Amino acid sequence: MVKEIERAGIPVVHMCTVVPISITVGANRIVPTVAIPHPLGNPKLSLEDEKKLRRKLVEKALEALQTEVSGQHVFE
Amino acid sequence: MAAKSRIVWYLNQFFGQIGGEDKADIPPQKHEGGIGPAAGATRLLKDQADVVGTVICGDTYFGENVESAAKEVVELIASFNPDIVIAGPAFNAGRYGVACGAVAKAVSEELNIPVVSGMYPENPGVDMYKNYAYMVETVNSAAGMRQALPQMINLALKILSGAKLGLPQDEGYMPRGIRKNLFVEERGSKRAVDMLLKKLKGEEFETEFPMPDFDRVDPQPAIKDMSNAKIAIVTSGGIVPKGNPEKIEASSASKYGKYDISGFDKLSEADHETAHGGYDPTYADEQPDRVIPVDVLRDMEKEGVIGELHRYFYTTVGNGTAVASSKMFATEFAQELIADGVDAVILTST
Repeated sequence: MVKEIERAGIPVVHMCTVVPISITVGANRIVPTVAIPHPLGNPKLSLEDEKKLRRKLVEKALEALQTEVSGQHVFE
Repeated sequence: MAAKSRIVWYLNQFFGQIGGEDKADIPPQKHEGGIGPAAGATRLLKDQADVVGTVICGDTYFGENVESAAKEVVELIASFNPDIVIAGPAFNAGRYGVACGAVAKAVSEELNIPVVSGMYPENPGVDMYKNYAYMVETVNSAAGMRQALPQMINLALKILSGAKLGLPQDEGYMPRGIRKNLFVEERGSKRAVDMLLKKLKGEEFETEFPMPDFDRVDPQPAIKDMSNAKIAIVTSGGIVPKGNPEKIEASSASKYGKYDISGFDKLSEADHETAHGGYDPTYADEQPDRVIPVDVLRDMEKEGVIGELHRYFYTTVGNGTAVASSKMFATEFAQELIADGVDAVILTST
């Protein structure tokens, strides 16, 4: 899906936990996330801290979308 | 008679009979002898080999720690002193396929012994790791166990016997990208012209060097002004309104959903859930924002960090779903996203 959206002309950031799969699939902007069943959260944290963590990850994603890349790039 | 060869089998938590998704986070462990498919294989091995041990690891544990998990698994495998390792079959299970492949890579590099596995050709583990294992082509679900096992065992026994393996298509494994020199009757120029003539006549011909399929898409330019950008959410994590109104399948999805989130500041277990059958749904059902960050993007919209959160999100279940289906879904809804003036997409995967 990442590739077809980008092919259609819209920049995409892929937020996922298993980065090697994203690289194989061909995403260009990749942001690694927390865990497979909860990529954008961590049930061990308080709800408040969890939301802070999620905000950080989304900020990273927006930063990726605002960064010019020439090929595949993982935004650690 | 020569001593029996020693086989060690790698399985995930499910085939290793430890449990389902609730056990997918278990670290690597070892057992004497064969379990599950490894036990079923014993009768196929005749007197030529024994399954001396089984190493099991949860798919989520592996997927989240690919390198260190592979290392731990290889240490456990090495403790059985095997002659060959069999991993899977993983069918179209993505995390399991990647785990089998990563184990194959680590085993061939660290222990220098062969690995046999089995997967559906679209499993990402094939492309990532086909150089490290002899992978038998399987169907996309565990219904294919009956066919896959004898194929994998026969291949393993042939490798153990020291017999020379033929071409991938003759031996029943997927090409590993290895070239070997061989003598043939006709020289290359003649074979090439023959192929060309067949092509010109519109006849079938078989290339001797299939081009790798590098389907890459160039990145789109970066967003210049985020504060005016319209951002849409897309996910393969299966988030749907409570009750899954369009009944998106838990695996091998045949459709996607498009749902209105304009009335939501955050998602909760009262209104949304996941339809995905490939990971433990507890955390996503409890807090769907853990898969699609509606709460944070809504805050950012209010603060002016982004221009707008698009009123619809698009969702499907990326669990054993055919590449062709995902392509079709996204090709279709990408046109809607463009028509709706969406500037960028955040796509989340589980």
